Amino acid sequence: MSAFLSVRDLRKTFPVSRGLFGKPELLHAVAGVSFDVPAGTTFGLVGESGSGKTTIAKMVMAADEPTSGGIVIDGSDIATHGKAERFAFRRLLQPVLQDPYSALSPRMRVDRIIDEPLRIHRTYSSKAARAERVAYLLDAVGLPASAAQRYPNEMSGGQRQRVAIARALALEPRLLVLDEPVSALDVSIQAQILNLLRDLQDRLGLTFLLISHDLAVIGFMSTQVGVLYLGRFVEVGSKETILSDARHPYTLALIASAVPEADAAPVTGEIPSPLSPPSGCVFHTRCPVATDRCRQEVPSLRQLKPNHLVACHFAETTRKETRNA
Amino acid sequence: MRDAPSPDRPVLQRTGAKDRTLAASASERSSRWLASLQIWVAIILLAIVFGSALLAAFVTPYDPNEIGLDKALQAPSVQHWFGTDQLGRDVLSRVIWGGQVSLFLAACAVALAGAFGTLLGLVAGYFGGAVDRAVMWIADVQFSLPAVILALVLVGAVGPSFTNIVVVLSLANWARFARVIRSEALSLKSRDFVLLAKLGGASPLRIIAYHILPNVLGTFIVLATLDVGLIIILEATLSFLGLGVQPPDPSWGTMIADGRGYLERAWWISVFPGLALMATVLSGNLLGDALRDRLNPSQRRRW
Repeated sequence: MSAFLSVRDLRKTFPVSRGLFGKPELLHAVAGVSFDVPAGTTFGLVGESGSGKTTIAKMVMAADEPTSGGIVIDGSDIATHGKAERFAFRRLLQPVLQDPYSALSPRMRVDRIIDEPLRIHRTYSSKAARAERVAYLLDAVGLPASAAQRYPNEMSGGQRQRVAIARALALEPRLLVLDEPVSALDVSIQAQILNLLRDLQDRLGLTFLLISHDLAVIGFMSTQVGVLYLGRFVEVGSKETILSDARHPYTLALIASAVPEADAAPVTGEIPSPLSPPSGCVFHTRCPVATDRCRQEVPSLRQLKPNHLVACHFAETTRKETRNA
Repeated sequence: MRDAPSPDRPVLQRTGAKDRTLAASASERSSRWLASLQIWVAIILLAIVFGSALLAAFVTPYDPNEIGLDKALQAPSVQHWFGTDQLGRDVLSRVIWGGQVSLFLAACAVALAGAFGTLLGLVAGYFGGAVDRAVMWIADVQFSLPAVILALVLVGAVGPSFTNIVVVLSLANWARFARVIRSEALSLKSRDFVLLAKLGGASPLRIIAYHILPNVLGTFIVLATLDVGLIIILEATLSFLGLGVQPPDPSWGTMIADGRGYLERAWWISVFPGLALMATVLSGNLLGDALRDRLNPSQRRRW
């Protein structure tokens, strides 16, 4: 199983200045994250806001430089790319972002919006060929051909997101980075867009990196799931494992907040500041089963069974413990 | 759902509420009516001024530079609607020809100042950093110098030819464009569509031309309309001080200056070009305000 996207020990720190004369402190937005996404599958990154999901997405899209660590896409390390290589590489990977109202140029007609990447990369020699491609893409995302002549402000959020997907697909990318693709949409539209994305994945053999705070979305779409907390994974496993046999108290709490009848209590309180992460296990401040050991010793991300990694000292017993807590 | 009024739901109260909403919409309608009146007054005045200026050769009753000392200082009459000046020239003809000169000058200067300021504003706003600081620093220098004095010094140095006046007027007026367009570009560049264009491989030039420029055009039009008035006044000031349009060519500023010495005996020499100036600038400003409210209601009264 060769990975299409491979992320190795990715880190990103931002210097944050404290007042006028204070020494700048380092904010660890992403603190050592590794994962592989085999071609044609979906890797779901789930976590609260501030967990580093979007920072990871930005680095994968080469919109932001990692502080350290490597990102390998289709066998090529993106850190080594020169200008020309990066330009060519952009075709492999396209994003779909959260807010369909901000994602489309308001004064650009839909056909121009979808067509723009084709013009930039000069993939089609003639205007007619490009128009044909635009028509094909509109059809593929379930929009009528007449949508080409419209402006974004004449469309609903769901239609706009379809246009954004059509644009992302224009260059025949192999990887789509979906950053909260449906969280700005009505619930009834969310299902339509998610179904469309899954359908496109099957038809075009796309690989997805999906980012969401919504475990239901992650569960519907993903093959493999990584649970992020304060810029690091607390649990990684197949979708089935995470949904039915999660071991980390944070994952259990996330499931509890998504599914009311679940056993564990939903997570309470605020995520701690990444400027001064807690000692030991970063989750101990909100963990229902934390002990003194958790406050001192950092749990490693260890393998519990094949394809199931958990960063918890008590992973073997958490399911029982949280039920009692 | 509409059911028959029941005893516990008083009919009176419902009509009362209805009246209130009607009253609100009536006041809203009258304010909208006033706004459209404002636009129409402005458009009609500007149409008269621009139309007569464009067709000056056909609508003026006399040659604006034809001197007739026997007809000097005549009061407004059927032959000379706006009277004649100290050299017997027809004031109406001179107001119309002067309008042509003033408007053409102002249009050229606004176009130049607008293009220059918008370009710098786009570049400063999009690239930020040192470029932004440099551009804004130069703009602040322009702001800190009074426009009239800056123009006076520059025209004094290079001489009052048409091209020089246009260039000088734009040099004294580009910074407002740069500053407003910069702030628009700054907020636009953080929108997702710019990030997506970048991730699509678009060059900075392409992003500025296709994604930012079209979204600042509305602001540009409003600024330009408002600026026409300012520049006409500045040009009139220069002409009044003798550094603008040179005699015998008529210009509103020169005419007002010419009539200054005859105000007690022949008020019409200064007053009519003054009225023409005021009507043009006022309707330019009214139109600019109205356009701003129409094109971007969220930015009402921001600059």
